[in-house]
Amino acid sequence: MYKIDKDNLPELFKFLTKNGTDVFAPVRKGNQVNFESFTDEVASTLDLDTLKTVRSPKDFVLPQVEHLFDATIENKQIKLETSPLADKPYVIFGVRPCDVKGIEVLDNVYLKDPVDKFYQARRAQGVIISLACTNPQQTCFCKSFNIDAANPQGDIAIWLINDSLNWKSLTDKGANLTTQVKHLLQESSDIDEVEACQKDIQLKIDALPYSRGLPLDKFTPDKLLEIFNDARWDELSKACIACGTCTFICPTCQCYDVKDYDAGKKVKRYRCWDSCMYSDFTLMAHGNSRNTQKERFRQRYMHKLVYHPDKHHGEFSCVGCGRCVNKCPSSLNIVKVIKSFEVDN
Amino acid sequence: MCCSTHDELIPQIGVITAIKTETSDVKTFSVVLADGKGKAFEHMPGQCAMLSVPGIGEAMFSITSSPTNTECMEFAIKACGKLTDYLHTLEVGNQITIRGPYGKPFPVDDVLKGQNILFIAGGIGFAPVRSVINYVLDKRENYGDIDIVYGARSASDLVFQDEINTRYKNDIHLTVDRQEEGWTGNVGFVPAYLKELGFKTDKTAIVCGPLIMIKFVLAALLEMGFKKEQVFTTLELRMKCGFGKCGRCNIGSKYVCKDGPVFRCDELDTIPDEY
Repeated sequence: MYKIDKDNLPELFKFLTKNGTDVFAPVRKGNQVNFESFTDEVASTLDLDTLKTVRSPKDFVLPQVEHLFDATIENKQIKLETSPLADKPYVIFGVRPCDVKGIEVLDNVYLKDPVDKFYQARRAQGVIISLACTNPQQTCFCKSFNIDAANPQGDIAIWLINDSLNWKSLTDKGANLTTQVKHLLQESSDIDEVEACQKDIQLKIDALPYSRGLPLDKFTPDKLLEIFNDARWDELSKACIACGTCTFICPTCQCYDVKDYDAGKKVKRYRCWDSCMYSDFTLMAHGNSRNTQKERFRQRYMHKLVYHPDKHHGEFSCVGCGRCVNKCPSSLNIVKVIKSFEVDN
Repeated sequence: MCCSTHDELIPQIGVITAIKTETSDVKTFSVVLADGKGKAFEHMPGQCAMLSVPGIGEAMFSITSSPTNTECMEFAIKACGKLTDYLHTLEVGNQITIRGPYGKPFPVDDVLKGQNILFIAGGIGFAPVRSVINYVLDKRENYGDIDIVYGARSASDLVFQDEINTRYKNDIHLTVDRQEEGWTGNVGFVPAYLKELGFKTDKTAIVCGPLIMIKFVLAALLEMGFKKEQVFTTLELRMKCGFGKCGRCNIGSKYVCKDGPVFRCDELDTIPDEY
């Protein structure tokens, strides 16, 4: 274990950026906190108290827009210039335990069968420094998904206690980074302090409204057709305005589109986030397999609660971060969906 | 899976070596690699490839040639959208991009081996079926009797006329939707014609065509005494990646691009009716 004073963090970040590592940390801009590239200018607005960034750290492993290649067509000849794979090391600092799990969910999709090489390269360059949730919010329900907000995962875990950061490396990547910045850290044996902090977090989490257990046992792949055909989706989806906010702020929403941008001399092919909430998501020349918003709404929740678990050994693709609970303009969210299935029809 | 050394989403460059006009809106394109190295990749019948013209778009197409065609890959494409309309304007010598193969093929080397096979196709749905038929005909000794039932809106909408009149001649039963001048074959929809032909149930059926046709053909086959386990079909949904990542071609927890496009019909009972 190591320690560093909160006030000394900018110095640590500066050391890393000087040595060629990008640092992304939660920074306040106006009334929003998001992970931003660390520079001297943002040092004063570093915000480790706000629990959740508006956007999830998904951006760093699966960017909203990813350039794949440039194509030129001259004299009927197509030439492709492939985008290089990510090769610059970076640190995401202050990732909450739910968001760490969110990246693990993405890993289970993008690092397997077949491996997405753009994702793999970017993921390999990143070190995740997680931050325990000393002040969980009413909208948090990570515990329902067996995520322990007191024991953050990632490469290095941090507990912020009295303006001092308790630093514990968890992986080889974390150990390497720790070695690199060792001269800025103090050795620490305050295990009791961390344990007390963990206990405090766990008590707070247990007192949250959604921690009393969401009826997730209702969502099992063997009941796929039963849940899919349930009449409750009609009522649940009625208020959905198809804005797609839930999919963009979600740390695990992973669907992408592949598009071309004609830049005049060349065509840029890129992939970008897409949303199953949009009507053209499944539109084909011969028709659309999901014609109503009910079908699109159902797809999103079925994917999180039944389809993804069916493909990934029971792992739900919701991490209980509560962003959709906060941000949906129609007050729809996954908690409402899960709870509505509590009683069998 | 693929031949790209970079990422699966990075295609290879192909060149069109022949274009055959099949009907007023269907053309068959022969494609090889632009670098002269022959076919872009090996595939099995029923598998698909992503074709693209940069700046226009990229889409999934079934490979209509059999793997036994060692010269090139063929794609029978109906002009029905932005990319397909553009492909129809291309000429021999034009280049496109190609990546694949994607999806699970028809089980030609195991389940179908030694079987009598009944091929049933409607409209452009003949494209993936042709790959299997030619594979079976090229390895004739491995399979039992074959029958082909093929229907289209009109006689001029029947694709692969050359093969219908030669290679398939003795095995094919044709039908068109409406009576027309000069047509001496059957008139009526494929499911009804199928029942009229009254095949014995000692066959494995392969069905491809518009979804509505697949549903009625399956009902007809069941009425004739076939079991769902004896019927294979191929489905189609919008796709962007081709390998189960982009998240748009799922039916329940199955991705059509990866777990399909070929499904045994009893499998369809285990997935939602959302295709």
